[in-house]
Amino acid sequence: METIYFDHISGTTIHPEVKKTMINYINEHYGNPVSQHQLGDAASAALEAARQQVARLINAQPGEIVFTSGGTESVNHAIKGVAMATHDKGKHIITSNIEHQSVSKSLRMLMRMGYRVTSLSVDKYGVVNPKDVERAITKETVLVTIMHANNEIGTLEPIAEIGKITREKGVIFHTDAIASVGVIPFDVDEMGADLVSMAANQFYGPSGVGALYIRPKTRILPIIEGGMQENGQRAGSENMVGIIGMGKAAELAKSEMPERIKHLSQLRQAWIERLTTIEAIDINGHPTNCLPHLVSFSVNFVEGESMILMLDEKGICASTRSACASGSLRASHVLIATGCDYAAAQGTLIFSFGITNTMEELDKAIAVLKDSVVFLRNMSPLYKKRAAS
Amino acid sequence: MQYSEIVMEHFKNPHNIGTMENPDGVGQVGNPVCGDMMKIMIKVKDDKIDDIKFETFGCGAAIAVSSMVTDMAKGKTIEEAMHITNKSVADQLGGLPKNKMHCSNLGADALHKAIQDYLDRKEGRVRRRPDEELEHISSHDKHCYCPYCDYDQPEQVAHCVRCGKPTVEHDHD
Repeated sequence: METIYFDHISGTTIHPEVKKTMINYINEHYGNPVSQHQLGDAASAALEAARQQVARLINAQPGEIVFTSGGTESVNHAIKGVAMATHDKGKHIITSNIEHQSVSKSLRMLMRMGYRVTSLSVDKYGVVNPKDVERAITKETVLVTIMHANNEIGTLEPIAEIGKITREKGVIFHTDAIASVGVIPFDVDEMGADLVSMAANQFYGPSGVGALYIRPKTRILPIIEGGMQENGQRAGSENMVGIIGMGKAAELAKSEMPERIKHLSQLRQAWIERLTTIEAIDINGHPTNCLPHLVSFSVNFVEGESMILMLDEKGICASTRSACASGSLRASHVLIATGCDYAAAQGTLIFSFGITNTMEELDKAIAVLKDSVVFLRNMSPLYKKRAAS
Repeated sequence: MQYSEIVMEHFKNPHNIGTMENPDGVGQVGNPVCGDMMKIMIKVKDDKIDDIKFETFGCGAAIAVSSMVTDMAKGKTIEEAMHITNKSVADQLGGLPKNKMHCSNLGADALHKAIQDYLDRKEGRVRRRPDEELEHISSHDKHCYCPYCDYDQPEQVAHCVRCGKPTVEHDHD
């Protein structure tokens, strides 16, 4: 059975050229970049080349890029690293209600240590109001952390506006741009962010490698201590193969971005059109100010995991954030924050497209989805109740 | 997905789906906040469950449990059906992932509730309104089960009252 992959937000495929670059690297190199001999020099040169490729993707300088083990580590580093470096200034942090768990759980840990966290609410599209950020800043505020693109509903946040405010107020600004860097243009200067988290597996690089952009003079300490790798910001021998892959993926993302966005936007639009042929489906997130490759939609009266299972039976891979699938018995905090009701949140699917997806795949998927929805609604007491009223 | 083959078979081809005219007993448990909602309807003849139907809003495990519990109850006497437990349903399904055990609780609960409803009616407790069966059931709407130890929580609580693990995520508590 042919696999149709619509779960790129969980991790993209690896671009064939990235794969080739990584395999070549494994075959030819084994030195540690810190070593003083020729093998170390070769590894060091490869590392710095990758750093340059990643820096170019976000219009930064190579020295501002710290490689990490992925998006989650980048976020942990940004939040905990700033808190440790600035605890003498204050213990107040501003965030939003729709952040990824890597942000919210890092903050929860800091709260246990006496930090106060202001979590801003969002509008029905999941957008943070920059004025709320401005109002929330106090003398005690050491960090504002607001994501760039939401990984569940695709909505883009007004990062550039928030960046202007934090600059004026002299507060450090971190943005979790994991879902957006490498997908859509991101310029660190335009965005005004001091810290930017990113991950290679969002732009056709491997999993297990990411980066944190650190604007020079930002007060931040490392969270992983040891050797002087990564300019003292991240100890431990680098994941060279991963980093080489991330570098190549960044280079390709930059050069291919316009055509990728065009293709992905077409898929997104076409999928939304197909969804309108099924009754009682709500599209979540901002309709236009959003990621080009992601559609979050709530199929009313049915539960998400059961739809995912039925799609999977036919080879179609997508995501849900239903409580049942989460293991925590709670519906997506993002959807609830946007005012989505619990039942609808339970029936929410996330389709995220990639550069190799085709319109034919959408046609196959919509047919399977339709059948699944009919099958599941037929046994749903919520659907029956609605039909009766 | 870590479901057994039996679970997947019941999920893909569930038995006893649907509704019935004038059921003798109706049991409904769960609510969309918890993630699952299950409604079981029974027809009783000569003290035996003559026909049984279900409607479920829920995950793969919830649907498989609904199918299995209705299969198990069909043809059984009321007494026998009351002895069907969460565990026996899960066992018949070849086991359920730990965090899905609460789904099997819903299955046996909905069945027992339907039987209770049947017994109530038999004893002549007249329903004041045609929709009272839902009222009767709604006292259980707040119930959630711990995803780790499947303990029935008295209320919606942040941490399981038995094992202490988080039953719901509180991001900024």
